[in-house]
Amino acid sequence: MSNALSGIRMQIMWNRLIAVVEEQAQIMIRTAFSTTVREAGDLSAGIFDLKGRMLAQAVTGTPGHVNSMMESVGHFLAKFPAHTMKAGDHYITNDPWLGTGHLHDLTVVTPVFRRGAIVGLFANTAHVIDVGGLGMGPEARSVFEEGIYIPIVKCFDQGRPNETFFDFIAMGSRLPVELEGDVYSLCACNDQAAKRLVAMLDEFGLDSLDPLAEHIFTASRSATLAEIARLQQGTYHNEIGSDGYEQPLMLKAALTVLPDAIEVNYAGTSGLSQRGINVPAAYTRAYASFGLKVVVAPHIPNNWASLLPLRHVIPEGCILNAPRPYPVAVRHVVGQLLPDLVMGCLAQIIPDRVVAEGSSCLWNPPLRGGASVSGQGSANRPVIADFETITFNSGGTGARRTADGLDATAFPSGVRTMPVEATENVAPVVFWRKELRPDSGGAGRTRGGLGQVMEIGTKGELEFAVNAIFDRITFPPKGRDGGLEGAPGGVGLASGATLRTKGFQVIPDGQHLLLELPGAGGMGDPATRDPALVARDVRDGLVSVENARLLYKVAVDAFGLIDTAGTAALRGVN
Amino acid sequence: MEQAGARRLAIDIGGTFTDLALETPQGRRTAKVLTTPAAPERGVMEGVAVILREAGIVAAEIDVLVHGTTLATNAIIERKGARTALITTQGFRDVLAMGNESRYDQYDLDIVLPQPLVPRHLRLTVPERLDNTGAVLLPLDEDAVRALIPVLRREAVEAVAVGFLHGFVNPAHELRTREILAAAMPELPITLASEVSPEMREWERFSTAAANAYVQPKMARYLRLLEAELRGIGLTAPIFMMLSGGGLTTIDTACRFPIRLVESGPAGGAIFAASLAAQAGLDRVLSFDMGGTTAKICLIDHARPQTARSFEVARVGRFRKGSGLPLRIPVIDMVEIGAGGGSLAHVDAMGRIEVGPESAGADPGPACYGRGGAYPAVTDANLLLGRYDPQRFAGGSLALHPAPSAAAMTAQVGSKLGLEPALAALGVIEIVDENMANASRVHAIECGTATEGRAMIAFGGGGPVHGTRVAEKIGIETVLIPKGAGVGSAIGFLRAPVAYEVVRSLYQRLSRFDAAAVSDLLTDMAREAEAMVEPGRLGAATVETRFAFMRYVGQGHEIAVALPQGQIGEAEVAAIRAAYDAEYARLYDRRVPGSDIEVLSYAVTVSTEMPKPPPPLADPPPIAAEPARQQIVRDTGSGQESAWDVYDRADLSPGSHLAGPAIIAEDETSTLVGPLWQARIDAIGNIILTRRPA
Repeated sequence: MSNALSGIRMQIMWNRLIAVVEEQAQIMIRTAFSTTVREAGDLSAGIFDLKGRMLAQAVTGTPGHVNSMMESVGHFLAKFPAHTMKAGDHYITNDPWLGTGHLHDLTVVTPVFRRGAIVGLFANTAHVIDVGGLGMGPEARSVFEEGIYIPIVKCFDQGRPNETFFDFIAMGSRLPVELEGDVYSLCACNDQAAKRLVAMLDEFGLDSLDPLAEHIFTASRSATLAEIARLQQGTYHNEIGSDGYEQPLMLKAALTVLPDAIEVNYAGTSGLSQRGINVPAAYTRAYASFGLKVVVAPHIPNNWASLLPLRHVIPEGCILNAPRPYPVAVRHVVGQLLPDLVMGCLAQIIPDRVVAEGSSCLWNPPLRGGASVSGQGSANRPVIADFETITFNSGGTGARRTADGLDATAFPSGVRTMPVEATENVAPVVFWRKELRPDSGGAGRTRGGLGQVMEIGTKGELEFAVNAIFDRITFPPKGRDGGLEGAPGGVGLASGATLRTKGFQVIPDGQHLLLELPGAGGMGDPATRDPALVARDVRDGLVSVENARLLYKVAVDAFGLIDTAGTAALRGVN
Repeated sequence: MEQAGARRLAIDIGGTFTDLALETPQGRRTAKVLTTPAAPERGVMEGVAVILREAGIVAAEIDVLVHGTTLATNAIIERKGARTALITTQGFRDVLAMGNESRYDQYDLDIVLPQPLVPRHLRLTVPERLDNTGAVLLPLDEDAVRALIPVLRREAVEAVAVGFLHGFVNPAHELRTREILAAAMPELPITLASEVSPEMREWERFSTAAANAYVQPKMARYLRLLEAELRGIGLTAPIFMMLSGGGLTTIDTACRFPIRLVESGPAGGAIFAASLAAQAGLDRVLSFDMGGTTAKICLIDHARPQTARSFEVARVGRFRKGSGLPLRIPVIDMVEIGAGGGSLAHVDAMGRIEVGPESAGADPGPACYGRGGAYPAVTDANLLLGRYDPQRFAGGSLALHPAPSAAAMTAQVGSKLGLEPALAALGVIEIVDENMANASRVHAIECGTATEGRAMIAFGGGGPVHGTRVAEKIGIETVLIPKGAGVGSAIGFLRAPVAYEVVRSLYQRLSRFDAAAVSDLLTDMAREAEAMVEPGRLGAATVETRFAFMRYVGQGHEIAVALPQGQIGEAEVAAIRAAYDAEYARLYDRRVPGSDIEVLSYAVTVSTEMPKPPPPLADPPPIAAEPARQQIVRDTGSGQESAWDVYDRADLSPGSHLAGPAIIAEDETSTLVGPLWQARIDAIGNIILTRRPA
């Protein structure tokens, strides 16, 4: 019986750890300064043992940090071994190769002490709004142009702030108060979590996390392996195109299901870019692992053991394994295609559990105006007040087996958008349009999610600039099983001119930026879609009367009234 | 509202029962009748007849009537509201559908998002545009508004919401749109977003306006009908409606802003707990209301429940945050999780016991009801631990069956973990208690406070059973179990003030603060709130409270800071900054030096003054209680079985005291006195549980 009770106690403690890291993440959201954390939720939080193995991770957060943060803790321990750490220390880095893939992500690691002995580590990662350099965008030609570079250092030494460190980062950022505030917030949330952990160890009379870690790892590993064992062994191939910066890229994957692992080999993937769309390997592993996990083992919590059987072989010199000092600031624009890449492999094994391709990468336009774009203003030529802002926006998600894709919803990213009213309060921009994009969802038995259309100008219709980071213009999201592809993205001016998908471009006086976000792929033959659903979409203006007829073979008027005989004739039913 | 010597009647329509509470100088009387969803006024009138007959008085002798109802919530959950159109800014047709463009569950590819209350073909746009200061960038196209009239007629629209971008800063376009529509369709109810929720964030504001329009025809029809029927039986007393924010309002105001009624039942429960806290002199309280399908947790400081300014209604994803429709209204802040007596247990792929949020519901109910339920519920686990006497459950009206409980527990939990039914039950109870403890802790953090050192007030069918164990997990050493908590919400209605909260946005930085503009705004808001309270205050004095919602520039979450009364001048601005810094440091340990502060919005509440509760009665002299019998109970801490004393609550009187482990049985529930706890009955009849000295 004592065995039974101790099993239940282990489970209680596991639940408690998950609750503790969730508290850690919630505190970060409440206290962070950067919109990227507080509004968008671009963060991650977790607890680690002294070997750097992750025991639990907050559900709140974004997949880009799924196991990149986990690898990062190992780098911290390599530089500052656990036995050298002191109570009140906080360690920090934004090294893209020791952290989560670009300088905008800060990772903070904090040791936890109980009765004078170190018992574990908390880590968190957050995307901060500005780290100097060229700012968010693809234009840098090396990481040195992308901002301040923080090696792994102590930001707090036994509770005392490292003033030299804070002086450096304050001078290196356009938004020093926010950056400093974010560092404080990251440290504070680790402190709170540490208090909770100590209270838990006291309550259960534990001196070490080790027995609990073993329990979590054993249960997670065997559950993950059981899910892998359900898959047909073999090797499955897929590829996906990206617009790239200089030229289109091809991402290639060979996914092999082994008895005790899933291994993805990216041989054949295009080489590096001269601009900041390159992906460090840790970020590749993060998003690709998310793509595998969300299909194969979505209910198993993220930890060292549940992620261990997901392996990645990434050839050196390909865009998915960028070495230092290649520029990497907007690695998400390529990295967020990885779930679609690996899901295309899995679709060959378990088609019922995989969705069609989606818009994938976020469409976040960094907008800038003022003297740095237009020069000094004069009476003859007014120039807009200096501003810099970014908003988060999403196209459609892929059609599901039994349900349509989601319209204008982030996937794989876990971020949220912010209100237009809030953005217009912090920058002199005017959004003239932000609504769903009709006929953009790929037709199918289930329809792909719709993209959206955004039209952006400034107050007074003055000149401004966009630092474009957009994709899926040349390669729209593909459908599956006869489902059609979603509408490709579009970047241009409202007056009709086309802009490049990546890079800094000026929108002249009197002009509006027009972004057409991609729709997602459909699933199954559109001619087998329930005519009532087609009629509903037509009535709601999501699908045109013409596309209903052409693609779905449904004769319907603009009010959604179905011509039954006409539909039967179109569908070839007698 | 409280008035000495008055006869006051409260009516709470819930999903299953309509509860009534009548307080007269002679004491309190309660009644329960079945809710009649098709015509809710029928159940109300039946209940009123019952309680008046039992009290031996007639309707004309009632001095005040207070009413709360879940009808608005149910209309939204069941999608049985009016056929509603939304008229909005051209280019922004899909604000309701796009929301914040996120998924509330990162790992569920089959996620379902809540559908907007207004379908896309009834989301109609007109050319117009204001900027963030309210200046007109594009004038309202009045012809485009007129062109919508035939559309509204053709589509047989029953209610309209109007919401324009930045309309809360300058409502001119919304007002003009209403004027044009009302001239052509005078019977059409129209909700303006700038009136129902004049705050920044278009999704939340439009969603609130759409929901208000959606429930308005149904609520107005019901309220007018009920009013007529009550007058018909001779009621002359004023009728008040319970608001989700914890205040009362008139029927006229309720008909205009019915969305403010959504969570009135739970609000009543929280006010009930707050009044108990005041009576018992408890300053920092956590109320824990565990029912059949969910547990609700609310923090109460200085006898005031925590309030919030937003709420999600009709969650579609297992009570998950983000899976409901956002409403920006004043509400009592509660966290609700899927943990109740009917919550079902199973074992996941990692051999972990999971409990809820799936629930056995009333039919078939937990396996122990013997109605064919094959899955073990929390009630089954409690029974298998010996916490209920199978013959006396629910006053003996519902015999419990241990055999099907054990079979279900073995099939779904025990066999998978190699545990006998009683130990599997122990695991289920520990997990559900842990889940409730974790939810309480996270909720406290989200409110910027902590659970440690609070007192718990536990009610609902499950609260008294699970209270002490949850308390142990979250650092609570006092638990109060009230008497007769079955109609707690209705009793809470009688403790609520007549109150109204007005919220407006006015974006400013503290470094460039226009104190005169703020003073004018606050005066204006107070006037509006007073006008709402005036018809209901019946001569009672009122108090005004003002808050500013502020944050460091760039931060995401605002903090409420109390503002001084009267004109705001330079001195007050400095005091406001200091108050903000102090509140921030209290919540998050440290201030952020050098950062400017921005003020987003203001709230002004005008409320009738509540009489101060009398000082808590002195503890009656202790009397050692005598157990009625013994029962074999398995303790979740040690895992051991032993004979526990069982006391009947009816036999205990003020002053009775006893030591755990024990059970205090009553018809509606059982109070578990864990081995680490002792119990006494206070002067009012509450059970007070405290940790035994070590």
